[in-house]
Amino acid sequence: MGIDRRGFIKIAGITALGAAAGRPIANAVSKEDVASISQLPNALTAKRWAMVIDLKKCAERGDCTKCIDACHSIHNVPDFGNPKDEVKWIWKESFENAFEEFEEQELEFVPEDLKLNKVPVFCNHCDNPPCVKVCPTQSTWKRDDGIVMMDYHRCIGCRYCMAACPYGSRSFNWRDPRPFIKNVNPEFPTRMRGVVEKCDLCAERLAKGLMPACVEACEAKAMVFGDLEDSNSAVREILRNRFAIRRKPELGTNPQIYYLV
Amino acid sequence: MLENALVGDKKYWGWIATLLVVIFISLLYYLKQFHYGLGITGLGRDVSWGFYIAQFTFMVGVAASAVMLVLPYYLHNTKAFGKITVLGELVAIAAVSVCMLFIFVDMGQPFRIINVFRYPTPHSLMFWDTIVLSGYLLINAVISWVTLDAERKRIAPPGWIKPIILLSVPWAISIHTVTAFLYSGLASRTFWMSAVLAPRFLASAFASGPALLILIVFILRKVAKFDPGKEPVQKLAVIVTYAMSINVFLVLMEIFTTFYSHIPKDMNHFKFLYVGLNGNTRMVPWMWASSVLAVISLALLIIPSTRKNENVLGLSCAMVFLSIWIDKGLGMVITGFIPNPLGEVANYWPTFPEIMISIGVYASGLLLLTLLYKIALSVKRRAAM
Repeated sequence: MGIDRRGFIKIAGITALGAAAGRPIANAVSKEDVASISQLPNALTAKRWAMVIDLKKCAERGDCTKCIDACHSIHNVPDFGNPKDEVKWIWKESFENAFEEFEEQELEFVPEDLKLNKVPVFCNHCDNPPCVKVCPTQSTWKRDDGIVMMDYHRCIGCRYCMAACPYGSRSFNWRDPRPFIKNVNPEFPTRMRGVVEKCDLCAERLAKGLMPACVEACEAKAMVFGDLEDSNSAVREILRNRFAIRRKPELGTNPQIYYLV
Repeated sequence: MLENALVGDKKYWGWIATLLVVIFISLLYYLKQFHYGLGITGLGRDVSWGFYIAQFTFMVGVAASAVMLVLPYYLHNTKAFGKITVLGELVAIAAVSVCMLFIFVDMGQPFRIINVFRYPTPHSLMFWDTIVLSGYLLINAVISWVTLDAERKRIAPPGWIKPIILLSVPWAISIHTVTAFLYSGLASRTFWMSAVLAPRFLASAFASGPALLILIVFILRKVAKFDPGKEPVQKLAVIVTYAMSINVFLVLMEIFTTFYSHIPKDMNHFKFLYVGLNGNTRMVPWMWASSVLAVISLALLIIPSTRKNENVLGLSCAMVFLSIWIDKGLGMVITGFIPNPLGEVANYWPTFPEIMISIGVYASGLLLLTLLYKIALSVKRRAAM
């Protein structure tokens, strides 16, 4: 997945060369080639990124949209002002919509205040992402640290990932989004019409040592971000002590976003 | 052989010109869509596949149905199909071309389709669908070309074509199976996630395709003075009858499983189709029309006297075709998205440009079919002299 066509030709050429001239040369050159991606020293890294969201803390802030505003302005998410063309990375959903298993009969007996909670929803960065499985061009893929990424330049706009996502987390650019971005953030790419996009857990901010924008923007400190594989991390600390639920766990997608109810 | 498409009477050229005009107008709408984006359609965040993908699915079925001629003719030596088997193969070629065009017009970035081949992805069903559809087009093009060429030279077709013809049988099954797998493998969409989806697709394909072929034979009798006789038509009618019965049976299986198990999430989709959901009753009249057409056509097909009466048979076939088109080309795809994964009922309906582009795609298929039929029938006529 990390190899482009030029890279492939290079490696293929070097391999052929190596076969002719002896292995040591090939090893020396190709190692240098493969190790070309380096990280900034202060980058935030993890084995498996995850987030825990405290719905009670979130609900106390009422109709607060700080996380949404921060995310959408940083990532150049357009505002079309109509639901048909809508593009969104993070939004607030009613409790019964976010957790479908509580719909119908079950919801009758859920505490009243819980029912009124609005749930911030976004890409679950599933450990077993159905969108990645169906994408015919590997335009969406899962990184080693669990972040499900999008390549806006390779996406053919077939929208198979949107059909496969059980959470409705993906948006498509039904028309040119650029005229509908209020203030363009030059540090993040804008998209063109005809491609799919979604939350990238602020991979670009993590690389610079910054927390995801929504986590940073949340004044209630309702969103906690950390490494699920690190037993000392903040997310693990919470999950040890509190009961958390995830969206549609029965599908086996293994979402990395946890909700405290 | 191809030069036969270039000679014809006024009626022939008039028909070609009409199709070209329709294609041209539709092309203008496509250019508009290309410039503006897919927002020109009724699609949106919740219903992200619609009319185009539904037409694609329906036409994959029509394409696969050629096997209903190939199999009896080559495997069971059903001589009656000798004159029309190639007509079925040519329908397959035109139908697969229509499928590919519908995929093309549905892409957000159509010129990036090449990425499917640049980054082959075996874990995506769409990758396999691309392969089986292109393969099916190639196989049918080779078979029809070689067999027609042999007929033109009044010799037996070369021996090497036989294994390819045999290969085309499972290959036809594969194109519709893989197309069904596109849908039935998605845990996110309970409406599609059914093991009988592929069998249902095949049954509806083997009803709608041969029904279309019967109608085509009736048309060719009038406009091209080509008459394969009554026997192949009656044999096709029996195939339509069985396939339509199985199709209706499988639909009833779905309805039983859904409503007896009584899982609300599963029932909602069928409620949307047949009684409406949260005030959205868009599909209701269509689905009931489809059901009524299915029942009446099935009755007319099962009763021998009405099946053997060619006037009634034409009507029955038109009803079968329309019934399945509503079910597959309208209801099946949209309903997978309604309600959406968040339980919301979106409102989708194809827009005027969307319909115009679709008409253009179908017109392109008809143009291709006309040219192919012109060639085939000219060859056949000369060979028979």
